[in-house]
Amino acid sequence: MSATPKRRKPPRVGDGPLFRRLLIGIVLVIGAILILAPLLIIGVEAFSKGWAVYRDTIIHPDTLHAIGLTVFAALVAVPVNTAFGVAAAWSITKFDFRGRRLLLVVIEIPFSVSPIVAGVAYLFVYGLQGIFGPTLDEYGIKILFAIPGIILASMFVTAPFVARELIPLMQAQGRDLEEAATSLGASGWRTFFSVTLPNIKWALLYGVVLCNARVMGEFGAVSIVSGNIRGQTNTLPLHIELLYHDYQAAGAFAASSILALIAVFTIIAKVALERQGAGRVRSSATRPALVANPAEKTS
Amino acid sequence: MNRLLILGAALIAPLAALFVTPALAQSPTKLLNASYDVSRELFVAENEAFIKSHPGVTIDQSHAGTSKQARSILEGLEADVVTFNQSTDIDFLAKNGFVAKDWTKAYPNNASPFYSFPSFLVRAGNPKNIKDWGDLARADVHAVFPNPKTSGNARYTYLAAYAWAKEAYKGDAEKIEAYITKIFDNVPVFDTGGRASTTTFVERETGDVLITFEAETRGIAKQYGASKVESVIPSVSLLAEFPVAVVDKVAKKHGTEALSKAYLDFLYTEEGQRIAAQFGHRVNNEKVAAEFKDQFPAIRLVNVDDVFGGWDKIQKDHFASGGTLDKLYGSR
Amino acid sequence: MRRNVLPGLRLSLGVTLLYAGLIVVLPLAALVFKAASLGPEDYWRIVSSTRALASYRVTVLCALGATIFNLFFGLALAWVLTRYRFPGWRIVDAMVDLPFALPTAVAGISLTALFTTNGWFGSILADLGIKVAYTPLGIMIAMCFTSLPFIVRTVQPVLEDLDPALEEAAQSLGGSDWTIFRKVILPLLTPALLAGVSLSFARSLGEFGAIIFIAGNQPMSTEITALLVFIRLEEYDYQAAAAVASVLLVTAFVMLALTNWMQSRALRYTVRN
Repeated sequence: MSATPKRRKPPRVGDGPLFRRLLIGIVLVIGAILILAPLLIIGVEAFSKGWAVYRDTIIHPDTLHAIGLTVFAALVAVPVNTAFGVAAAWSITKFDFRGRRLLLVVIEIPFSVSPIVAGVAYLFVYGLQGIFGPTLDEYGIKILFAIPGIILASMFVTAPFVARELIPLMQAQGRDLEEAATSLGASGWRTFFSVTLPNIKWALLYGVVLCNARVMGEFGAVSIVSGNIRGQTNTLPLHIELLYHDYQAAGAFAASSILALIAVFTIIAKVALERQGAGRVRSSATRPALVANPAEKTS
Repeated sequence: MNRLLILGAALIAPLAALFVTPALAQSPTKLLNASYDVSRELFVAENEAFIKSHPGVTIDQSHAGTSKQARSILEGLEADVVTFNQSTDIDFLAKNGFVAKDWTKAYPNNASPFYSFPSFLVRAGNPKNIKDWGDLARADVHAVFPNPKTSGNARYTYLAAYAWAKEAYKGDAEKIEAYITKIFDNVPVFDTGGRASTTTFVERETGDVLITFEAETRGIAKQYGASKVESVIPSVSLLAEFPVAVVDKVAKKHGTEALSKAYLDFLYTEEGQRIAAQFGHRVNNEKVAAEFKDQFPAIRLVNVDDVFGGWDKIQKDHFASGGTLDKLYGSR
Repeated sequence: MRRNVLPGLRLSLGVTLLYAGLIVVLPLAALVFKAASLGPEDYWRIVSSTRALASYRVTVLCALGATIFNLFFGLALAWVLTRYRFPGWRIVDAMVDLPFALPTAVAGISLTALFTTNGWFGSILADLGIKVAYTPLGIMIAMCFTSLPFIVRTVQPVLEDLDPALEEAAQSLGGSDWTIFRKVILPLLTPALLAGVSLSFARSLGEFGAIIFIAGNQPMSTEITALLVFIRLEEYDYQAAAAVASVLLVTAFVMLALTNWMQSRALRYTVRN
């Protein structure tokens, strides 16, 4: 690992051929074990009982229903969370108000809290023993153990996704452009659509893609509020658990393969968006917590 | 401000619509049966047969540990009928006004269309030579069964082991508890439901003996074949009745009282009993029992009332918070 | 502060507050309310019971182990991805996000299938006498998987932006690679590493789906705190579930505050260049 003093212009640190090969080798081996193998085994196990079992699992009405429900939950939760994310980013980055920091923390909570906590919390609000449950029940509104509960739980878990993508970007872009547009007489909506949106569209899209992947894959929170009724309130991840415990490991992996495909598409979308957006799109999941004050510090 | 209202309404309206529709969509030709964890295949078959005689009816199934199911019903899971594996969980529903107080009298045999008992499933060839309850406490034997706090199935296992020990140790509480502790200490995995334990034992090849209902051990043996597992019947076990009840509160709301009753009645018919027997359950219908006599070896079954003085007492002494189970299972 | 001329504050803030209030604050408040209804003595008895303490120990120790592993592996991976070019590096770079895109339940069953004694890796490890599935090691592996991207993705941009002149200067002063890495590069990476570590740790503490399949779920030894909440719930013990869940909630808050603080420290470094 020591530098070679003979060379005139030494390579950068760690560029010795031996060290380099060794490190790449180690990283690839561990990466293959930890990341690639889980993906591969889904495919292997899914087809371990043959194509017929795979097909039968996928076209089974319960699986189809689970897919439909998962897609439906995403169709509701993702747009709502997108609207919320844009509104939150707009209010937090374009205005100064008291409690901005607190609001940021609130938006971040679902990110760091266990989904189980979310599920339990929803039970205490909408369960028949909870705060609103009995009242809602009188009016015939069912939330828990029905589709609304699943959607609400998914919304909680993914609430920060779009906002987290947008806030740092919009903070970095500042307010000058929007201020110029409004001073020229553009309406608020016009300013947003023709000035702000073009600048944030890739990040926004990426937030939506991530939010979607997470909604479709949410397990912990949904498993508490769903009631696991086959063909009724079973989302795809819950259906996987069900099949897994149904003497149908191959079926569980078959259903998993759909979600794994979605995951792979999410990653492809990310790479594509990176190219489009010219620059690394950093996943909101891995981005450090948002800070309220960079704009204040620099100005 | 107007815009805010409009946008707010635009966000909330579709959601609100969504929240209301499922309640309206209920029709009296649809039942939800909340059942225990390992009855999945059984009710697929029973439902199919029932629908043949009641065209146009659909039956949805929900499976989980029965305690979880009872709690879910209390929280709003709208099950029209329950088919549990333990009467305490139906009693719990009765206490909360979901099921009639005298539900055990609504159907024959304590409202239990079929029965079973905790039995053993071991690896092919029985390499650890596990024959009876006493072997479970051996240091080299790892038993697999679910969490007795969440699974009715595991509570029967616990009680059956307790009942055996009570006879073997002549009621010496200290020895009985030492015995149970030894079993618990050697359990590698406590899953939350019976089926998860089956997966752990069979698919993941963990543990030396799976303790679950005889019916489930038969199902597994059929599914995986004698080359992998074999069933061992202990010298004595505890009668496990599988009680059923109409969840009156929900059935009334859905208008499915008659259909629910017909469904549960069906489980007692010859056809319903035959299906139950095919899935490894012991039945009371004499004709069907005789047909399947060869499949079900004789076993001495003790019952809860004789050994423990009834479910209420068990609940109080064993399963309540701070009871014997807590003490042995791991302190809170 | 100058008067803001932009429109839409009331609308955007209104929507934000309404939504955050309904979706996030209300349920969490209900949870806290439920836990608070216990009274201090009962609350303390539940959250400090032996079984709960054992679950904290398992969760925290496994999360620590996973985070330490990811600290080294994540740093190495980030280093390899920014410093070296080799065939397929783009694919490797993209795959880093897989643990995040893959649903946790799917990750759970596939890791379990790999690491049980009859799985691809489990069978090899079993021959060496190492059991992974249904032991704390399994929990750790599930946590490693789900939290891997955090450290890689926080360190990567800082490594990319690192000024080569710094290294050259150090090299011209005759420092060995290891010394330069330790004295020059590592200090620059530290804030990002710390931020990544705290994120990875927080995520590991809260992980559920991937773990329950591979953990033995044995009270006192392989039962994580999130599962204990789940079990309390299944036992109808709502208040205990709320109490233990509130511990998770508070931990999440603390981790969030910590990450925030580290992030603002890290920002000081990045703002400079």
